[in-house]
Amino acid sequence: MRQLRITLWIIVVLAAGLFGLFAYQLTQPKDDSVRSAMIGEPLPQFDLEPAFEGRPGLASTDFANGEPQLLNLFGSWCIPCRVEAPQLEALERAGATIHAIALRDQPQDVARFLEIYGNPFTRIGRDDISEIQFALGASGVPETFVIDGSGRIAYQHIGVITERDVPILLQELQRAGSGS
Amino acid sequence: MNRLGRYLSSMVLAIAVLAMPVTLIAQSTMPPAPYAYTQLDDPQQEAVARELMETLRCLQCQSQSIADSDAPVAGDMRHQVRVRIAAGEHPDEVRAYLISRYGDYISYDPQISTTTWPLFAVPVVLLLLAGLVMWRRLGRKGEAAT
Repeated sequence: MRQLRITLWIIVVLAAGLFGLFAYQLTQPKDDSVRSAMIGEPLPQFDLEPAFEGRPGLASTDFANGEPQLLNLFGSWCIPCRVEAPQLEALERAGATIHAIALRDQPQDVARFLEIYGNPFTRIGRDDISEIQFALGASGVPETFVIDGSGRIAYQHIGVITERDVPILLQELQRAGSGS
Repeated sequence: MNRLGRYLSSMVLAIAVLAMPVTLIAQSTMPPAPYAYTQLDDPQQEAVARELMETLRCLQCQSQSIADSDAPVAGDMRHQVRVRIAAGEHPDEVRAYLISRYGDYISYDPQISTTTWPLFAVPVVLLLLAGLVMWRRLGRKGEAAT
């Protein structure tokens, strides 16, 4: 009898623990972004046509020049990409070189987007079929990578760059530059 | 039509008109990748590609496979799968390529690894435990009967 009661209490405690775990997990903020498995790996090889006539295209060889640089993935059709435009400008003002890949985008749309929201990009390549997005392990747009001077992917920022993210990205750029 | 009905329908129309340009801007005007919605010419290769697509996760709508999803990015992933299969790659190679970019999360075909082994081990342990309990109970009953 006594043994049965202990067994029953153990079951109750286990069940309560399980529900506690459910309650905890359900109240945690959900992060369903798929992270790239390419962090620390060399940039995949690519050579992209210009996304519009205002800037040259982008190749992976543009990165391994000794300087850490940013690689931004955007689309003129992507609404959050408009939100991060001021932060990209701030990064450029702080001295960052920013290259971009326009995903699934037409030249006239890219031109109009950059005219309205500003163009902090040095080079912009076009990826019409998301091929380089997959090669980078990028989950979507907007997304920003820090590429170190040897052409290795050092850091991935998923989603909109908020004001809070600007110092983080500058710090990551600096770290990538100090040759870790 | 009564007054309320007319009012409601004009409201619906106004909302539809207001919402339209927004949705138009939010869509890429780029046509989908060539093999997003086009099957491969070789039905055997298409079947292989199709089977693989059903076990790859869409990046955007993560509860769907890329075969089920109409998201543009799923279309572009289907293009990658079909092109690679058509080029003679084995489905496992294509899966391995995507896992090398996105990790295990991209695949709906779970592998036993250092993080997933409990998922496979726990049911076996529970079955053994249940078997043990039953064996003891039934065994005891059998003893009592004799």
